[in-house]
Amino acid sequence: MADNRNIWVFIEQEDGRIADVSLELLGKSRELAGQLQGQVWALLAGHQVGQLPGQIIQAGADHVLLAEDPELQLYRTLPYTRLALDLIEKHRPYIFLIGATPVGRDLAPRIASAAGVGLTADCTDLQIGDYTNKKERRVYKDLLYQIRPAFGGNIIATIVNPNTRPQMASVREGVMHALPPDPQRIGTVETVTPHFEESDFALQVLSREMRPPTVHLKDTPVVVAGGGGVRDTAEFQLLHDLANLMGGEVGASRAAVDAGLISRQHQIGQTGTTVRPRLYIAAGISGAIQHRAGMNESNKIIAINTDPEAPIFQVAHYKIVGDLSEVLPLLIRALRAKAK
Amino acid sequence: MPYRSIVLVKQVPDTRSIRGEVMTADGTMNRAALPAILNPEDLNALEMALQVRDQYGGTVTIITMGPPQAATVLREALARGADKVILLSDRKFAGADTQATSYTLKCAIARVGEFDLVFCGRQAIDGDTAQVGPQVAQKLGLPQITYAESIVSLEAGEIIVQRAFDLGTEVVKCKLPCLLTVVDSANRPRPASARRRIRNKLAAIPSEIPALLAQWPEFGDPAALQSYLQKNGLAIPVWTAADLAADEALLGLGGSPTQVHKVSYVVLEAAESKEIPATPEGIQALIDELVQEYILG
Repeated sequence: MADNRNIWVFIEQEDGRIADVSLELLGKSRELAGQLQGQVWALLAGHQVGQLPGQIIQAGADHVLLAEDPELQLYRTLPYTRLALDLIEKHRPYIFLIGATPVGRDLAPRIASAAGVGLTADCTDLQIGDYTNKKERRVYKDLLYQIRPAFGGNIIATIVNPNTRPQMASVREGVMHALPPDPQRIGTVETVTPHFEESDFALQVLSREMRPPTVHLKDTPVVVAGGGGVRDTAEFQLLHDLANLMGGEVGASRAAVDAGLISRQHQIGQTGTTVRPRLYIAAGISGAIQHRAGMNESNKIIAINTDPEAPIFQVAHYKIVGDLSEVLPLLIRALRAKAK
Repeated sequence: MPYRSIVLVKQVPDTRSIRGEVMTADGTMNRAALPAILNPEDLNALEMALQVRDQYGGTVTIITMGPPQAATVLREALARGADKVILLSDRKFAGADTQATSYTLKCAIARVGEFDLVFCGRQAIDGDTAQVGPQVAQKLGLPQITYAESIVSLEAGEIIVQRAFDLGTEVVKCKLPCLLTVVDSANRPRPASARRRIRNKLAAIPSEIPALLAQWPEFGDPAALQSYLQKNGLAIPVWTAADLAADEALLGLGGSPTQVHKVSYVVLEAAESKEIPATPEGIQALIDELVQEYILG
C-alpha cells in the first residue's frame, strides 16, 4: 500500500480552550501538507468539546476526528493512548505531531512505543526532504526532517524515521507560527467512538489545579534575560528593574533557573519558551544554542558579557563587553533620564 | 508492607558545566572535557525510592545501560544507599535511540523479577527527551505517572502521587505496579555517606578487576579478588544481550527507528553588529538609537 501523505496534529485542550501549540502545529502542517500534497487531520479528544472543530478547521485542518467521552474529560495517559493508537492503526497517517507540553511529553512516547515508531522530542524545525541510507543504498523520498539541537546544543541534528509510520515529533510552544483564523476554510468533522478496556482506568485523577500563566514572555515587546553571569538575586533585581522600565518581561537561561535565581516559567530556549520580541537583552548569558534556539529570531538583540568571545555576541546586533552589574545601571539611568 | 523498587539511571555528560575549555577552537564540543555524572533527576528518583524503603522496608535495585565506565554511577548509587546495582553493557546496545533503550531496559526489568515500583528521572540532561520512562512503562504494560513530585500515600496496592507542572499540580491514584518519572523539585537527594562510600569502594564489574588488583595486590590473584567481591556483595553484575534473552533486532542502532540524517555544527551567523562601549555616553547613545528606530518607547 502506498503511504497516504496525511499529517495529524494532536489537539490539546483544557476546559474547552485549545493550547496555542496545537494551533501553531496546524499552521506548520498546512505548509508541510502543501509540499506532500496530503491533508491535515486533527485529533480532538475530550468531553463536551463539540464546539471546537470550527476553530480547528479555521486554523488549518482539513478533517477533524472528534472523540467525546466523559472518560476523556481530563487527560489520562492510558485512555488517550488507546484512542490515538486505534485511530492511527485504522488510518495510518504519514506524520503525527504533538505539542511538547506536559501532556504531549506524557502521551507521545507512550504512543510511539506501542506503535513501534520513532519519535523526536522538542524539534525546533520541521521540513520535508529526501534521505539516503548509505548502508542500504536506498533513497527515501519526502521524509519528515525532525530538526533539533543535541549534545548540550552544540550541534543541530536532523533526524528521520525512514521505515516507521507515522513519523512522530513533538514541538515546543512558540516555535511554529499559527495561521490567522480563516473563516472561509472548509473542513469535515468525523465523530469517532473510543473503545476502552478496564485496564485503561488503572489511574484516576483525584484533583487538578492549573494556574493561568503569570509570565507572558511570548507576547511581550521586550525581554530582559539573565544567565549564569548573574551572581545573585540582588543583581537579578537589576533585570527586573530594567524590564519594568521598558515595559517588558524578565527571561532567563537555564543556568540562572538552575541557580535558583528565578522560576522555570521564565526560562527561554529549547527547553523553555521561544520568544521573538522587538528587543532582547541578554545579560551574562554565554549563548549556548539551546538558549539561542529560543531567542535568535528577536528583532534586535543586545548582549552584555564580560567575555568578548562569548557565543551570544555572534547573534547580537549590539555588543557590550562589560560587567552587567555596571552596564545594567547605566541602561536604567539612561532610560530614566529619557523618561523625564 | 515492604516494596520492591527499581530505579533506572543514566550516566550523562554534565552539559551544565559547559565552559570555555570544553569548546574547541572550531566551535565543537570536547566531550572528554565534560565530567560524566549521574543524571541529576535520576538522583531525585533514587531518593524517592530510598524514602519508600526507609518508611516501608523493601529493596532498591538500580539498573543502568551504558559502557563499562557507567559502573561509576552505580558505585555512586550504592554509596547513596541502593541495595543492588546492575550494569547493562554490550556493544549490541550501542547507538540506541529511546525506543531501543526502553526495550533493553524492559528486558532487564523482566529479568530482575517481581517488583512494585519503577522510578526514573523525568528526563536526562544530555537529550532532554523525557521519552524513556513512558516507553519502558508501555513495554512493561504498566501505568505511568510522569512529573511525580511527592508520594501522598502508599497502601493496599495503590499509590497516590502529586504531579507538578510549571503551571499547576495534579493528584492521581494508581494501582501498583506502576512507573514514576520524578521531577527535581521532589526532594533533596541525600549525599553519599562516608561509611557507605568506603564499604562500596571495591564494588566492581569483572573488567575492572585487573586495575583493582593492581591497586590492592594483597588479594593475590584475580580469582581470589573476584570471589572476595562476590562474597561481600561487591561484584557488580554486567548483563549482556544474551543474558537478557533480548530480540537482537530490537537492540542498539539496528533496533532504533530514528536515524540521523545530518549533523551540523552550529555555525553562528554573525549578525550585523555594533560594538557599544560600556560607558555612560555609549549606553546613552544606544538608548537614543533604539528610541529613534521605534524599538523602544
